[in-house]
This record gives sequence, C-alpha cells and structure tokens, in this order.
Amino acid sequence: MTTAHVTPQDTAVSHLHPRGSFVIEDHRLPTGKEEVWRFTPIGQMEDFFDQMLERASMPITLEAGPDKAWSWLKPGAFPRGSVLVPVDRPAAIAASEDQARHVVIDGAHADPIRLSIHGDGLDPSAAHLVIEAKPASSATVVLTHTGLARFIGNVEIRVGQAASLTVVTIQDWDRGSVHLGQHEALVDEGATYRHIAVSLGGDLVRLQNNVSYAGSGGDAELLGVYFADAGQHLEHRLFIDHNHPKGVSHVDYRGALQGERAESVWVGDVLIRPAAVGIETYEANKNLVLTDGCRVHAVPNLEIETGEILGAGHSASTGRFDDEQLFYLKSRGITETEARHLVVRGFFSAILARIGLDDVAATLMSRIDKELAFDKEN
Amino acid sequence: MESRGLEIEDLHVSVETETGPKPILKGVDLVVRPGEVHAIMGPNGSGKSTLAYSLAGHPKYTITSGSVRLDGQELVGLSVDARARAGLFLAMQYPVEVQGVSVANFLRTAKTAIDGQAPPLRGWVKKVNASLAQMQLDDEFASRSVNEGFSGGEKKRNEIVQLDLLNPKYAVLDETDSGLDIDALRVVSEGVNRYTAPGDRGLLLITHYTRILRYIKPDFVHVFVDGHVVAEGDSTLAESLEETGYEKWVKAVE
Ligand SMILES: Nc1ncnc2c1ncn2[C@@H]1O[C@H](COP(=O)(O)OP(=O)(O)OP(=O)(O)O)[C@@H](O)[C@H]1O
Ligand SMILES: [Mg+2]
Repeated sequence: MTTAHVTPQDTAVSHLHPRGSFVIEDHRLPTGKEEVWRFTPIGQMEDFFDQMLERASMPITLEAGPDKAWSWLKPGAFPRGSVLVPVDRPAAIAASEDQARHVVIDGAHADPIRLSIHGDGLDPSAAHLVIEAKPASSATVVLTHTGLARFIGNVEIRVGQAASLTVVTIQDWDRGSVHLGQHEALVDEGATYRHIAVSLGGDLVRLQNNVSYAGSGGDAELLGVYFADAGQHLEHRLFIDHNHPKGVSHVDYRGALQGERAESVWVGDVLIRPAAVGIETYEANKNLVLTDGCRVHAVPNLEIETGEILGAGHSASTGRFDDEQLFYLKSRGITETEARHLVVRGFFSAILARIGLDDVAATLMSRIDKELAFDKEN
Repeated sequence: MESRGLEIEDLHVSVETETGPKPILKGVDLVVRPGEVHAIMGPNGSGKSTLAYSLAGHPKYTITSGSVRLDGQELVGLSVDARARAGLFLAMQYPVEVQGVSVANFLRTAKTAIDGQAPPLRGWVKKVNASLAQMQLDDEFASRSVNEGFSGGEKKRNEIVQLDLLNPKYAVLDETDSGLDIDALRVVSEGVNRYTAPGDRGLLLITHYTRILRYIKPDFVHVFVDGHVVAEGDSTLAESLEETGYEKWVKAVE
C-alpha cells in the first residue's frame, strides 16, 4: 500500500473522470470506444502501449534555477503520489517510473525555473515530475518539450497555502512525436495556481489536466493556446474538482487550426461538489479554423451539486476566417497573407496578454508566422 | 491613352443569390477627375454601396461587364489590396471590427503597405495622434482594437483618420455622415476638406443628406436610381432633391 496521502478524498466517478489507480492493469487498454478516448486517434498509436513496457526514462534537464531545489523521489516518497492518482493507462505507466524529478520551491523566485525535455528518437519513454510549492512561496516553472519522442509525462503539483505558482508547459515537438500524460494540481488554502499549456508540435498531444483543492479560497487559472497543422491531433482535457468552499477556477483555451485533418479536442469538465459553496468558475474555448478539412471538438461540461455558488459559466465557439475582416484590412492595401497574419495574431492577443509571458507569446507568434508564410507559398 | 481620373464605364455588377445571380448595377458611367468632388444621392437599395464595394473589389460582388480605371490603370481583375495600393480608398458605411488588432498596428501596417516602406517611427506616432485628435478621438483609441466597441460615430471618424493618414488619390465615402452628431459632422467634414485641399485628390461622396454638402461643396451631384445614374447636375440639384425626392425617377424606372 502506498501512503495515507494518496487520495485526498473520494474521487468522483463518472464517465468523464473514472476512478484513478496506480495499478497499470486497472486501466484497460484504450480501444477508442471509451468516452475519454473517443476523440483520440488510437489507431495512430496502436503499439504504443506494448512498446511502453520496454520504455526508457526520459531525462528532464534543469536549464535555469537553483540546484538545491532539484532532487529525486522514489514512488511513495511524499509528496509523490499525494496529488496525482493516475486516471488512465498512460498516466499509470509514467507514475510507475522508478525515480521522479522533484522541484521544491521555497520563498520567492523572481526568475522562472526552466526545465526541458528533449527527445532524440521514437523509442518510448516516460517521466514523472513533482513540483512542490511550499506555503507562501512564489515562482514560475517553464517546462519545454522539444525534439522527437514517443513520450508519457506526468506532472504532479502541490501548491501550498497562500503560495503562488505558474506552471507553463510548452509542447514544441518535432512532427512524428506522440505525447500523453496527466498534469494534476492540488491547490491549498488561499493559493494561486496558473497552468499554461502551449501545444504546437508533435503528431499527437493528449494532456489530461486536473485541479482540485486542499482548502478554501484556492484560485486556479488554466490557460492554453494551440495551433494544429495538417494531420496534427492536439487534445487538452481539463477536470476541475471544486471540493472546497470559495474556490475560483478560470479556464481559457484558444486554438487555431489549418490543413487537412488538423484536429483539436478541448474537454472542460467542472465538478462542483456539495461542499464547494461560494465558488466561482468560468471556462471558455475558442477556435479559429483557417482552412477546410479541420476538425474541432469542444466539450464544456458543468456538474453542479450545490446551489450556493457565486457563478458558473462556460462557452465554446468555433469560427472561420471572417471575410469581412479580411476585406476591410485588404481595402487598406494590406496583402491577403498579412491580413491573415493580423487576424490570427489578433485572435490570440487577448489570451497572450492574459498569460503575460514574453517567451510564450514569442514562441506562438513565430509559429504562426511560419505556418501562415508556408500557406502563402501554396 | 492614359488619362488621369477615376473612370467608371458601363459598369454592370451582380450579387449571387439563392435563385442565381441578381444584377444590381446596370451600367454605371461616372468620371471623377483629380481635384473634383462628386456626390451620389439615391434611394435606399438603389445600389450605391454596391458601387462602392465593387470599386474596392469586395468578393461578394461580381463585375459582369464594364471597366474601372484609376489614372489609366484597369482595376477590374485586381485584388482588393492592389486596388488600394493603386490609390483607391473606401470609407465604409459599416466599418468592420477586427478583434485583437490595435488601431496603431493597423494604421502602421496599412501605411507601410500603401507606401511600400515603413513610416519613420517617431514622426509617425505623432502624426497618428494628431490625426486622431483632429477627429476628436483620444490617444487611447490607438491602442484599442480596430472598431471594436467603437460607437457608430467613432467608427466613422476612424475611417477619416485613415483617409488622412493614407492620403489616397481617390476616395469613396459611403455614408460617412450617417450617424454623426452635429459637431462630429463638422469635424468629419473638415477632415475631408483637408484631404481635398491640395486640389489633386478625387472624392466620391455617397450621402442621403444635403447637410454635409453645406460643408463639403460638390462640383457634381449624381442621382442614383435602380443601379445607375439617372440625373446629373451641380450642387443645386441636391437642394432640389430635398424638395422633390426621388419620386419622378423611381416612377420612370417602374
Ligand atoms: N445577397 C443579396 N441577395 C439579394 N439582394 C441583395 C443581396 N445583396 C444586396 N442585395 C440588394 O442590392 C440592392 C442594393 O444594395 P445597396 O446596399 O448597394 O444599396 P444602397 O443604395 O447602398 O442602399 P442604402 O441607401 O440603404 O445604403 C438592395 O436592394 C439589396 O437588397
Ligand atoms: Mg448603402
């Protein structure tokens, strides 16, 4: 048995958030028929789970940040396993890694702590990362994924009382890569947690991104931007478990799609338990479809079990390039390509302002410039 | 032979409808020479905006025959942006909102596109602010998204800011005066007069009201009914329209 810290409380069981387990075999091999796998191109990763039996550990490099905050955790060594209970087979595989990287944040860190994962081939690999923000600490952790990989990566996050933590995860893989994993945060009393997902590269990215609370008044903001190109599948599944009073959760994901079989999935599931009185939640997903042949799945879902909340809402929208906007810009001499640039950049500008991190904006913008310039040459 | 002017010749334009193409413009002939101010007046639905959009190259409208030359250059067949770079400007009846694109960025990008080079950084910002101020728009507008949340009158004034900064050879103003309060009408008119003041620009002003023509003196007035020009005259024609309306021409068409 693992330690008493394992399950903060009963895990809600429903079709969108099955009961978690550390035992790999407890999670049946996905077939694509399950609710949580139905959007994922399982066919593209047929032998993925078999190969994972002989995986390597994916190294995580500390690029910037204090060495003394950087160590290892064996399974069951607190806080490992106290927050993240695997909800699916890939997460259980990564959670079974022999050693997990452990970042401890104490005090205020002005400069971001930078971590990187770089794949150099398609041999399967996995990693489990634990980020522990001590009470009243503050920091930003930026985790960048590049290169070529077939990879499962878990990120287990504890945000201590009154701490302020931003976790940025950038998926900038080479094409051909597959990246699955579970990010799970526990937000303590009065703490502020921001999770920012930037998914640009890889053939298939599927992140299960969960938040629950360890005390009242926790504030979680989950932001995401993505750009899916021809043949790319970018999937972000969010589950926010309002299990304590007076919590706040705001979700805002925006993505653009371009090219044949460019596909995005956004599932935003918010559970408001009877205990979660006085909470406030809002989730939004906006998509901009740039060409024919793209597929967008946006599934907001609110499960409200108490009437005493401050507010709960959601919205999801998918729009195409607005011809009137393009006409207006072009009528001022601006070329088609540049007009499209302006519109796409404009589409992302509000969320980039909200994210407020220059390197995220720069990464996304350079990607947009590359994609739209390529489009012009066709 | 090359001659200077915006020369519209026997222009026929259709829009695509569920029941097939529908002709809207039925042979428009009109020439605007540099230094001239032309006013177009006509009943709702007569095709004035269709003319304006067709000149600018809006994809909704198909030019089925005729030609539009700008200082000798054929515009029909050119892209929307190429027409603008050739020297044509359209102030729209309903300016479009562009989320997330600041007015400042938009103006700079447009100016760069029209001139073929970026405007000098320091002088440009001053110029933009001066132009906004002349339209009684606060500096703050430069950082707002283009037309987003602008009031009807602010959108119209923003069109004139663009006219001022881009300084095109020929400008078509589609009901720029509609929706302006009395003071704004004067401010906008002064802006338009500053644009035509050098005497080498051509202006085509679409309007329903003679009030603006008290500020902006037209050299020619055209009455537009059922997709073409049915009468022409000087500024006195506008005043007589105020009394008689379009009845006699509309009847003639029916
Ligand atoms: N898609 C369409 N299907 C059918 N009719 C159309 C379509 N688009 C435009 N029209 C018609 O074309 C005609 C000309 O419209 P236009 O906007 O040019 O008129 P206008 O002279 O500018 O009128 P207003 O003074 O009201 O601005 C109108 O009768 C309009 O209903
Ligand atoms: Mg009109």
